[in-house]
Amino acid sequence: MKLLKTAAIAALVAGMALPALAQQRTLTLNTDASDPAPKAAFDQLIKGFEAENPDVHVVVNIFDHEGYKTAIRNFLTADSPDLANWYAGNRMAPFVKSGQFMDVSDVWQENGLKDSLAPALSSMTIDGKQWGVPYTYYQWGIYYNKDVYKKVGAEVPKTWDEFISNCKKFKAAGIDCLTTGTKALWPAAGIFDYLDLRTNGYDFHMKLTNGEIPWTDDRVRKVFAEWAKVLPYTTPNVSAIDWQDAVSNIVQGKAANYVMGNFAVATFKDGGMTNDTLGFMDFPEITPGIPRAEEAPTDTIHIPAGAKNVADAKKFLAYVARADVQTKMNETLGQLPINVQSTVGDDPYLQAGFKILSTADGGIAQFFDRDAPAAMAKAGMEGFQEFMAYPDHLDAILERLEKMRKRVYKN
Amino acid sequence: MTAAPAIPGSASGLPGPRKRRRLSRKLAPWLFLAPGMLMFLIYVIIPILQSMWISFYQWDGLSPKHWIGMENYVELLDDDAFYTSLKNNVIWLVLYMLAIPAGLFIALFLNQKLRGIRLYKSLFFFPFVISQVVVGLIFSWFYAPGFGLFFALTKWLDGTGIAILANPHLVTYGIIAAGLWPQIAYCMILYLTGLNSVAPDQIEAARLDGAKGLKMLWYVVLPQLRPATFIALVVTIIGALRSFDLVSIMTSGGPFGSSRVLSYYMYEQALSEYGYRMGYGAAIAVVLFAIMMIFISGFIWKMWRDERGL
Repeated sequence: MKLLKTAAIAALVAGMALPALAQQRTLTLNTDASDPAPKAAFDQLIKGFEAENPDVHVVVNIFDHEGYKTAIRNFLTADSPDLANWYAGNRMAPFVKSGQFMDVSDVWQENGLKDSLAPALSSMTIDGKQWGVPYTYYQWGIYYNKDVYKKVGAEVPKTWDEFISNCKKFKAAGIDCLTTGTKALWPAAGIFDYLDLRTNGYDFHMKLTNGEIPWTDDRVRKVFAEWAKVLPYTTPNVSAIDWQDAVSNIVQGKAANYVMGNFAVATFKDGGMTNDTLGFMDFPEITPGIPRAEEAPTDTIHIPAGAKNVADAKKFLAYVARADVQTKMNETLGQLPINVQSTVGDDPYLQAGFKILSTADGGIAQFFDRDAPAAMAKAGMEGFQEFMAYPDHLDAILERLEKMRKRVYKN
Repeated sequence: MTAAPAIPGSASGLPGPRKRRRLSRKLAPWLFLAPGMLMFLIYVIIPILQSMWISFYQWDGLSPKHWIGMENYVELLDDDAFYTSLKNNVIWLVLYMLAIPAGLFIALFLNQKLRGIRLYKSLFFFPFVISQVVVGLIFSWFYAPGFGLFFALTKWLDGTGIAILANPHLVTYGIIAAGLWPQIAYCMILYLTGLNSVAPDQIEAARLDGAKGLKMLWYVVLPQLRPATFIALVVTIIGALRSFDLVSIMTSGGPFGSSRVLSYYMYEQALSEYGYRMGYGAAIAVVLFAIMMIFISGFIWKMWRDERGL
């Protein structure tokens, strides 16, 4: 009898406790923020969100940055979180087209994000709808060694012709004008993207990565012709060099210029460069008069189709989109906020990046491997790598890419 | 009296236990084999059949599968990257065989009674103990343009230097050289154990008959090492066909795909960041499986013959 009573009380207590627990709603977030800076930024973001929404508890699952790219395919179909990190542009297309990401146009509509996140609107839109919220991006451009420029008496170039004529000065001094490390393929794509954006403009580049223009087109050949001008002054054997190893060429003054993303600044500084020796410039002009476009890969947060707590997930997206939140988060990340009302820290490279991105009237490209579908991106980047080593293989490379284009965009 | 009780039952009872015993004698091996066979079925046979099945589909791992029949195979026939991988696989197979004579040579060299010979043996065996990933890293630094020892050496010789891993014609050979390092050690250890069991009386008899040097090796020692040679051949062929880790670590298939092998190409197409073409990857896997089948059936045939004493 006594036992029965105890059991009854226990059941009663449990019954009362359960609804109390349920009031604390959980929101799961899967992220690839495994590096120190992104991890700190996400910690801060979630603390801020929980402080404003005390009834929501955010559970974070951190994945290794590279492993995440495979893991997301598994967890989206098997055990879906309420929120997940990903990238803008064509990179999110497979998930949008297979119905794994939720349409969040209403979040954009209700919070006026089309104005405040305007720089990323086009890269977040597929079929006229928005599929996630961007929270950070960073600029690409040319990082250069100021000491080396002084040593040979070169001016920072404004046009591609000036850049090439500088190269002759560097060559005379035994310095590589341009360095890179294409072992991981993508650094070569940065060079191609900028050459194409400057030669043919943003619209052409987008059509090319969308498969609407044949690779054998004369305008594509023109891009490679511009590239060929700088190849004699480029570090040899780049296909066997990691991008971090190429950084040391700049640090040691063996090379002058490096087309890279802003994340490399930390590596340059680890190598001993300072704001006085490391310079940043916008990629020089090639065809005069075309609207200036820039390259800025964007990181995003999405709601998977299988999310359980959609209402709070949408609340979270609206929070991430806010100007003050993006300002704070990107201070920790050392990157640029997308919200146009946000402010940027006094880091000179970020300031420069913010300036060129907010005034880029041509448009903002994501990056070759995010704008083009995966198979095309891979084949393209291999082609760029081969072209850098064997410029005379150009015809064979372009034909191979054209064959790939016909296959990839067929369906 | 003794036979009497047995009579009524003899018509049906006597064959009973005998039949049962015969049945259980037939059944027992299958029962003992069953767990192993079940595992083999679930983890080997069924996945192989599934891979073949997937190779007829276009599938990205997320969306519904789409039947395209032989189209993946048709595309393979027209795929330069596939032929590059196939060619590299053949180069791997041929050059990897060098590990066998090299291992034999080192084993013969180390097969002497000296102070501290065990230390030398273990030093020679060392590369097999370290992971393939470490071997790959060491060799890619060795070859690296700029700071690599090999690059510095060639630069001193010819002025410009040869960056093996950036050269589409040399890269596969560079990776094979890295792979041979541990593989030679493996073959060496196989031969060293084999040499322990070479009959000393036969050596002595041959010596009395005047056999020396190469003749002794060829006619007396090597025939006794046949089991070791067979195992060395098997592990070397398997090693050459699974040459995935070194390619992945040293070049990721580059420069521009010229060091790909079939196993790496399959991984790239099916599972890597720019891949997720499961059907196409499966088609490559089927081709690789067919190539392996040639060797596997050869081995099975030989073992079957040996067991029957032919």
